[in-house]
Amino acid sequence: MDSRPLLRLSGVGRDFDVSKPWLNRVLERAPRLLLRAVDGVSFDVRKGETLALVGESGCGKSTVARLIVGLYALSRGRIEFDGSDLAAPDTDTAQLRRRMQMIFQDPYASLNPRWRVRDIVAEPLRVLGLARSRLAERARVAELLGQVGLAAEDGEKYPHEFSGGQRQRISIARALAGNPEFLVCDEPTSALDVSVQAQILNLMTELQERLGLTYLFISHNLAVVSHVADRVGVMYLGRLVEIAPAARLFAAPRHPYTRMLMDAIPDLEMSGRPRTPVAGEVPNPLAPPAGCAFHPRCPHADARCRAEAPRLHESALGRVACHAVEEGRL
Amino acid sequence: MSAPLLEVRDLRVEFPTRRGTLVAVDGVSFAIAPGEVLGVVGESGAGKSLTGTAIIGLLEPPGRIAAGEIRLEGRRIDNLPAEEMRKLRGRRIGAIFQDPLTSLNPLYTVGDQLIETILTHLEVDRGEARRRALHLLAEVGIPAPEARIDQYPHQFSGGMRQRVVIALALCAEPRLIVADEPTTALDVSIQAQIITLLKRLARDHGTAVMLITHDMGVIAETADRVAVMYAGRLAEVGPVREVLQAPRHPYTVGLMGSIPKIGAARRHTRLVQIEGAMPRLTAIPPGCAFHPRCPKRFARCEAERPELRPVGNARASCWLYG
Amino acid sequence: MSWLRRAWDHDLAWSFRHSPVALAAAVLTALCLGGALFAPWIAPHNPFDSATLNLSDGFTPPAWSEKGTTKYLLGTDDQGRDVLSTILYGARISLGVGLAAVLFSALLGVSLGLVSGYLGGRLDAFIMRVADIQLSFPAILVALLIDGVARIALPRELHDALAVYVLVLAIGLSGWVQYARTVRGSTLVEKGREYVQAARVIGRHPLAIMLHHVLPNVMGPVLVIATIHVATAIITEATLSFLGVGVPPTQPSLGTLIRIGNDFLFSGEWWIALFPGAALVVLVLAVNLLGDWLRDALNPRLR
Repeated sequence: MDSRPLLRLSGVGRDFDVSKPWLNRVLERAPRLLLRAVDGVSFDVRKGETLALVGESGCGKSTVARLIVGLYALSRGRIEFDGSDLAAPDTDTAQLRRRMQMIFQDPYASLNPRWRVRDIVAEPLRVLGLARSRLAERARVAELLGQVGLAAEDGEKYPHEFSGGQRQRISIARALAGNPEFLVCDEPTSALDVSVQAQILNLMTELQERLGLTYLFISHNLAVVSHVADRVGVMYLGRLVEIAPAARLFAAPRHPYTRMLMDAIPDLEMSGRPRTPVAGEVPNPLAPPAGCAFHPRCPHADARCRAEAPRLHESALGRVACHAVEEGRL
Repeated sequence: MSAPLLEVRDLRVEFPTRRGTLVAVDGVSFAIAPGEVLGVVGESGAGKSLTGTAIIGLLEPPGRIAAGEIRLEGRRIDNLPAEEMRKLRGRRIGAIFQDPLTSLNPLYTVGDQLIETILTHLEVDRGEARRRALHLLAEVGIPAPEARIDQYPHQFSGGMRQRVVIALALCAEPRLIVADEPTTALDVSIQAQIITLLKRLARDHGTAVMLITHDMGVIAETADRVAVMYAGRLAEVGPVREVLQAPRHPYTVGLMGSIPKIGAARRHTRLVQIEGAMPRLTAIPPGCAFHPRCPKRFARCEAERPELRPVGNARASCWLYG
Repeated sequence: MSWLRRAWDHDLAWSFRHSPVALAAAVLTALCLGGALFAPWIAPHNPFDSATLNLSDGFTPPAWSEKGTTKYLLGTDDQGRDVLSTILYGARISLGVGLAAVLFSALLGVSLGLVSGYLGGRLDAFIMRVADIQLSFPAILVALLIDGVARIALPRELHDALAVYVLVLAIGLSGWVQYARTVRGSTLVEKGREYVQAARVIGRHPLAIMLHHVLPNVMGPVLVIATIHVATAIITEATLSFLGVGVPPTQPSLGTLIRIGNDFLFSGEWWIALFPGAALVVLVLAVNLLGDWLRDALNPRLR
């Protein structure tokens, strides 16, 4: 793997204005409400690796995905792709963005129901001018469909004629059409049945090896992540709380939230392992707790945790944002 | 073993459409004992939700129960008139559905809905109903029930709402609860809480629970026995430990293999995958419904449909064992 | 021909074949359309060619009554014009204006709704406020207003020549809001769908996304609205013509005919008003029923 990161996020943040309409604010004297969906997130993705971002709903992982591909604008921070700042005025952002693509969660909503499959898969080819002729385009579409395990004739059909798993394959074919280097996968298998999920995960791993792709894999399912990730980042309420190589994270999770997540996963092997009961719920992101966002649910919280937000603390085993870990209490 | 609380025999649910009759549930039989949790697991289209809906009596026409029997405490309930079934629902059978957002009426307080249900089914006065409602809210783990009983559903978080839904299902003291994907819409940390709660309540109240889900993990944690459904039929039934750790039916084997498991050295291990997909209801293969995808199939599988046969402590419908 | 077979098998076609009301309505509408379209060839007389008119033939009652003749099946009016022929020619104008107005309305409304929903922001707020303001006026009033302004603005000689176009403009402008609102609502929904986000990630221009991705998916309800709107447009035109501010008397529509016949209603020549009136009712009813069926048939798919 290359040493220079393909993607680098530095202090990335995104706020959403969820204030009431102007008239209401004036009449009720309500304040402006800002939702900090993502706050101070920094990480690298190296070429050829799979970095997974995990967390429960509302943690901001999907927002990070959309910030990277440009569906949302950054509120704070910087995103660099292959060394170039995507937001800088002199960067050819469009050219850089062509090298990344996205796969979405919902197989039923991510394909235009009125378009034929061949048009859906060919769209990037047409936009990027990659096919010299109709014939070349047809051939390439057939090739792409074959790569994801579908037949060339499937191009003539409409999305509703396919199952969820097949639609996700079509999404992957579309994402690959522009020859991207980097794929952002937003919960690509969460809406699929478990046996179909296995097919898609295997397919994605195969494609990665064959085409030398780099993945950012977003998921709420730690078990799925365990099969695909080289490194794992854990997010909670918009912040990155731990990031480490997968093997290390699963063998010895350090942040209390990561431990809680691992404990909460149902035990298929029925080993009867002892588990700490999970406490509380994710707080309202509009009014996050002061200091460390996790402290109300953390069995190791102390006064410092309630007052001061921890920063990602570097160590040989990975990075963790936790006072207890930093102080050696954990 | 005590007499089963719920007994389903050869249940067949059909949907007449203009293109022909679709059989969504085909000859399913099982029983649940009091205080037991039976997990009904399967992928989408397997017919598990419809089985639950048929038992509760909420099948939407043109769907109908075409054959078979459903007996609750020995008494047949599949052929009751609508009014009788309505009284049964809530009083003897409680239901928990997937989406806590839409399971509660947003226009009434949580207390109102609980009290209304209690008053409908039990012979108590308003004051007593309110006391019971408070007790239930505490039992399902809602902190400060006195304060929260008069709040509206939107003032609760997703996990709390699902607890309220469970309280609602329990308030008339039913003998059977049918829970259809009760944890699917919840975060994994909340899931764990709800699963523990369900198990405890079943045990404490002696209620039988039919837990319908696609998530094997939830089954492993919650169920005593598990029934695996495929294309409207039962593939395997048995004690949960046995079915999950020593599955017999090739579909169950494939299913367990394809579930990703947490582990330190999992990267680069290929997940077991079952080729193909579950057949559509309009195109169920002859003989064993799973045979086109089965690595162990032979001639008989294509011709004859297997019945559930005992294998060890479990039962599987597969010619490998018959 | 396989697409023909697929069209036949389609849910919509099946619903159509099995709905007696829809079939009857469709037949009726087809008859009306056919009659109007082919009027010059199938009408027994040309009522607007003054050379063929015979004043002495005026006030002939319908063929089945005492003094009627088969030459004038439904009788004649005060100027000797064959009522049947005037209905056929009048239907031409009525349908022509109605369809043209709806086309204009739909084009305007769908474009504004699409832009409003997709781009949002101040443009959306502005368009919707204009729509709200317009909705506070009855459609007929809006049409009258536009017509009045046109009469003042245009030189007198051009009045008659441009009357039909002004009418189309007036009725069209009075009806765009419904399309805009519906399309805007659907656009807002589709905008958040992942296939639109995927198109944005691919790098397509917002205009291309609006036209190629969103538009095909929001057109469904538009068809239903348009069908029912045709009936409304025809009635509006008839009303305006009846009031005398619609089409010029040289190109009478069904509404004009009713107005003319109105004067003779109580003096005993009832057929001059009744038959055009009945024709109008049948036409509007047929189109309405067709629209109703379409809305119900499309409904589950709209979900």
